[in-house]
Order: sequence, then C-alpha cells, then structure tokens
Amino acid sequence: MSAGNRKREFERPRHDIEYVEGWGMAVGATSRVFRPTSVAEIVATLAAARADGVSIGLRGTGCSYGDASVNEHGHVLELTRMNRILAFDPATGIANCEAGVSIEQLWKTILPHGYWPRVVSGTMFPTLGGALAMNIHGKNNYAVGTIGDAVREFDIVLPSGEVRTCNRQANSDLFHAAIGGLGLLGVICRVEIETKRVYSGDVEVRAKSTQTLREAMEYFQAHKATSDYLVAWIDCFAAAPELGRGLVHDARYLRRGEDETPERSLALAHQDLPKNVLGVVPKGEVWRALRLLNHDFGMRSLNLAKYLAGQIEERQGPHRQSHAGFAFLLDYVPNWKWAYGRTGKRGLIQYQVFVPHRSAADVFEEILRRSQRAKIVPYLGVLKRHRPDPFWLTHSVDGWSLALDFKVTPESRDRLWRHCAELTRLVLANGGKFYFAKDLVISNTDMVAMYPPEKLATFLALKRRIDPDMCFESNLSRRVLHGLRR
Amino acid sequence: MSANTPLDLVSNRNAKTALVVGASSGIGAALVKQLVSEGYAVCAIARRRDVLDQLSSEVAASARASGGRSIVRVHDVARAEQVPQLFEEIVRDLGGLELVIYAAGIMPKIGSKEYDTEKDLDQLTVNVGGAIAWCNAAANLFQTTRRGTIVGISSIAGDRGRKGNPVYCTTKAALNTYLEALRNRLSEVGVHVTTIKPGFVDTAMTKGMPGLFWLISAEKAAEMILAAARGRVNTRYVPRRWWFVGTVIRSIPSFVFKKLNV
Repeated sequence: MSAGNRKREFERPRHDIEYVEGWGMAVGATSRVFRPTSVAEIVATLAAARADGVSIGLRGTGCSYGDASVNEHGHVLELTRMNRILAFDPATGIANCEAGVSIEQLWKTILPHGYWPRVVSGTMFPTLGGALAMNIHGKNNYAVGTIGDAVREFDIVLPSGEVRTCNRQANSDLFHAAIGGLGLLGVICRVEIETKRVYSGDVEVRAKSTQTLREAMEYFQAHKATSDYLVAWIDCFAAAPELGRGLVHDARYLRRGEDETPERSLALAHQDLPKNVLGVVPKGEVWRALRLLNHDFGMRSLNLAKYLAGQIEERQGPHRQSHAGFAFLLDYVPNWKWAYGRTGKRGLIQYQVFVPHRSAADVFEEILRRSQRAKIVPYLGVLKRHRPDPFWLTHSVDGWSLALDFKVTPESRDRLWRHCAELTRLVLANGGKFYFAKDLVISNTDMVAMYPPEKLATFLALKRRIDPDMCFESNLSRRVLHGLRR
Repeated sequence: MSANTPLDLVSNRNAKTALVVGASSGIGAALVKQLVSEGYAVCAIARRRDVLDQLSSEVAASARASGGRSIVRVHDVARAEQVPQLFEEIVRDLGGLELVIYAAGIMPKIGSKEYDTEKDLDQLTVNVGGAIAWCNAAANLFQTTRRGTIVGISSIAGDRGRKGNPVYCTTKAALNTYLEALRNRLSEVGVHVTTIKPGFVDTAMTKGMPGLFWLISAEKAAEMILAAARGRVNTRYVPRRWWFVGTVIRSIPSFVFKKLNV
C-alpha cells in the first residue's frame, strides 16, 4: 500500500471522457476532452491526438447550437482553462486576453473602467476564441460589424505547433480566414480586442410593437442610422394579416453627462440580472414551468402573451436598462433550453437565415407561411439587420437575418430536417447564407452554393496547406466541407 | 473500442451498465454478482488479479442466463492518477455507463492506545482519496450526459467520532460530506448520488469482531443498496433499522458520549 501523502503525477494536459454536445442538445458525441492551460499544453494535445491517430475538434464553452464544437471521431480541445485577461488599458480600451476568456469575464473587467465590448452575443458565456472562430455578431451588426471587426490581433497555434501572430498587416490571409474559420485552421490562443467607451452602465431602450414583419423592417430602416442596437422578436404563430407581428427593441448608448451618476451604473452590482422571476420564483427552476408550455398550444399562448405585453411596454416609453440586462436576454432563465427536454437528444435547433435586403421580406414571410402550413412552427423568432465584412467564410450579408428556434425530438427529427431543407433551397435561391454558430441542417451542397466558388476554394487550399494531415476537424466540417475529406 | 469510434451515451436509454470499484470481496463482490444476474454489463475493479478472475468465473453462468457480462480491471485505488485513463477505457468497453458504485474501503485493526500514522493515512487514501478520484470521474461524465447514478458505500461509523478507530470514522464522515456535496451539485442536472451506511455486514471486514448484532449477508446488503439507488434515496442505512441506532447515537451529547464504549 502506498502512503497517502505521496505526490501524484497526473498526466498533463488533463483530459476526461465526456459527452460533448451542441448547445441545442440535438447533437452530441462522446470524446476525450483536453483542457490545456498553456500553449505548451495545446501543443502536447496536438501530439496526443496525432499519436492516437485521431483529429481534434476545438471547443470553447460549447455555446454553438449545432455541431461546430462536436467531434465524434476524435478528441476535443476545450480552451476554457486558458482564461486569463493578460492586460487591459483603460486609456485605449484595448484588452489582451487568452482565448478562453469569456465575454462575461471581459465585460465584467472593462465595464467599471467605462468600456463595453463592441460586439456581444445574446449570451455572455461564449469564449473569445469560440466567438472568433464563429465570427459572432450582436444586435448591432448593421452598425459595427461582427466581432472580427473589433479584433486587432490574435495568436494561433498551427497544426505544426508553430504559434503565429495575425493581424490586418501580418499574416492577413490567416487573420481573415481564421476569424469565421470554424476552428479548422488552428487554436486561437490569444486575442487582442478593441472595446467601446461608454458613459453609463445603462442604455436607453425603446419598445415598438409591430403588427407585421414588414412594419418591423421599416422601423429598422428608419432608425438604423441613429440607433445603436436594433432587434425584433417575432411571433411565428401569427398568420396574415398579422404575419410576423412582434416587438422591436431599439437601444442607444447614453451620451456623456446623460447619466448623472455613471459610477453607480457602471458598477457590476448594477448589472445583475434579476434573481427571481415575477419576484418570487427562483430562476433556476423556471425551465420546469416552461417545460409545461413546451408544445404548440403552450407556445402559441406564450407568444401571444408576449405580443400583448409588448404593446404595454411600448406605451411606457423609453426606459433605461443595464447593458447586461439588455444584451444577455438568453441568460435570464438559466438552462431554459431544458424546457425542450433534458436527455436523449431532445432539444432545439436554431435555423438562422441571412438574406440580402432586396428579397428578405418576401423570403421571411414565405418561411413563416410554409412553417405554419407544415405545422412546424418555430417557438421563437428573432429579426436582425446585418452588413458585410471582410472575413472569408462570413455569414454576413447586406441584409437581414431571421433566427428560428425549432423543437427537436427523436420522432420529429426527420420531418424537421426535410422542412428546413425545403426552406434552405428558398434561401439559397435568393442569395442567402447560413451561420455556423447556429446551423445543424445544411449540407455540403448548400455550403458550396453559399459562397462564390473561388472563396471556398481559397479557404480549402489554405486549410490543406497549413493542416495537410487534417488535424482539426469537427462534425460540422465533415458535414459541410466534403472538399476536406481524406 | 478506440477513440475514433463514435459512442452514443445518450440515445440508448435502457443501457444497463455499471462500474463497481472495490469488487474483490464483501459488499462489492456481492454487488457485481447481483448486477450481472440482472443482465448488466459490469466492470469490476480490485487490486488483485486472482480475486477478480475468481469473481469472473463465479458470475459466468449467471451472465449467460441473464445476458449480462462482466469485465475486470486491476487497479489500486491509491493510484488516483490512473483513474482518468482507466475510466475512459471502461466506459468505451462497456459501451456506456449508468451506475458507479464506490465500495472500496479498509479498516485496519487499531489498538486502543495505538496512533499509527501510516495505517491512518492508508485508510484516508483508500476510503476517501479513491472515492474522490472515481466519483469525480463519474460526476464529470454524468454532468455532461445528464443521467446516471453514483453510490458511495460509507458506514454508520461516520456518524460519530468513536474510540475504536478514529481515522476510520473520519474517513467515513469525510465520505458522507463529499457525497452529499456531489448530490447537491449534480441534482441540477438530474444525476443522483446515494450514500449508503451499512451496519454490520458479514464480510471479511467484520470477521472476528466482538459484539456484532443485526448481522446481514453481503448479498442481502447488495440487494438493499441497489434498491436504494434505484429509488433515488439520498442516504440509506442498510438494513434500515440502523437509522434508529444512528439517530440515537448522533443525538448523544459529547459529555456523555466520551464516557461510552461504543
């Protein structure tokens, strides 16, 4: 018997067998998950995978709805233990972070200094590395672009083990390919990112109840030059003449001096999301109540209730809300996705389509009509405005996106996928695109149709050059990039 | 099964798969036999190869009858650093994992005036260190599959610090607290943790002990333990009448307890 106080030699980097799933829970697989704590341990992880003869899928906090961070044929490298903020300069607002730093860590570090991230997702949990690999956007995409547009520089560990620094001047190809590069080119391990000066911990929010999808879109067009954030919730159950009715939220930053006590609103305590719902129900249990409503009738009622509540909200006029409260709507109810089921590949997909401005309204209306006709109605719809960006595999267009949450059960899965395939044809015929932080349904053929041929070919050529052994793969890459098959 | 073969731990809802750590004798061996007879694929872990081989041959017939199977792994729970690798191999070999039972424990004889640090720390390593290593691995997997049950075999000895073997009591108290914490952590994801507090069970550990009463066989104990785990019981005395004893013992004030020889 060995003595209890013997110093133990644990293997580094540490690894565990885990079930690795997409955030929407509709896809997942068992993998060995490595959590390196340094660049040296990232390199050791690459070596371990090579020795085992398997590929590596890259993962942050697993916030992608689909299969972007799932790798059923190999290992997974999760970057969450490399989560130190290396530097933040309150004079310039530039933050230098390890790539496992979450958006939550970032905003909590910078807000007391009077800064807010330029681009945040609807949840604060993604890592910067994951956010770059997916080139995420926020409710201000039309105004400031994607997160890639806010990045000054990053370091990436290539399959060879070499660490390369990329910015718009040096390694600019890799800079524009790896942002939005789906984690297929290397492990982004350090990110230098610009943030925005703010003069209050609050934004001013105005609600506008809209009777149709087109009315919401007209509101966006009229306000996009002046509003800092625009987003609309859409009730997908409502039929014509109220097709696409919903609620627009329009927010703007406060100017210097508008908030008389910025030191109070910039404090983290002011940013806390409410702990209880309706004042009494602990947030952690709310998903159980939502689960009772998780069927067509329940969700039709909930959407109607929200629409009616929106009319009241509009009458209340402009009001101030904390940055976190406005930005991170998805974090209000912890684990709300469990309302869709908690085990056995039950969950949701988010089908988000990006369509150029000229045809967006027609395409979106047709999607809503077809979904209602097929009785496969999304339980949540969200409308946003976008603009193009210079990243090679970007999803962004000068146009609009409609994000639709569909419930997935093992029984409904095939039918839902067929329905989405039909919608995808419509979207692609109108020059539309898809977004890989969400997608779980498009095929390799759809992917090819999404980009000008030379764009995709250039990406694939770069991938083959720097990763000839296909060190980095994922379920997503195997699904949509057949050109990479060995 | 190699690392690049997909393994679905989530869709297969009725997979009967279990891991018993500390399966060489007593309650652990009885649990393996019981599970195999119910058609489970079971991995039995112990330090000695010969004992494991013996156990495999004993369950071979009932495995054929039930459709269950057993695999064995030689492992010393003091070697916590081996656990992640071994745990992964076991999950892949079994094709899943639903139930993890930590039954390893040692209780060396300690004289009434003996203070032997080596013996004491060995108890800590096996009874607590090994439990933490294995249950952590299970907890980490189960929190991602959002299913599964962890069972820790503790003891009524953890209810009070007693004269007989101070550190044995300490390890079981530590185990109780650890398991309770795991239970509280994992309840959010639907994973259950059961703490078992056996009274006197007829095993090598209690052999020759004076003053035994309410003695039950290891087989009977195994049956009760599995029933408690399936019923998602938090803490269960085995057999249940020990609950009265435990409750009385826990309520005796210290100024009285220190005079008693229990």
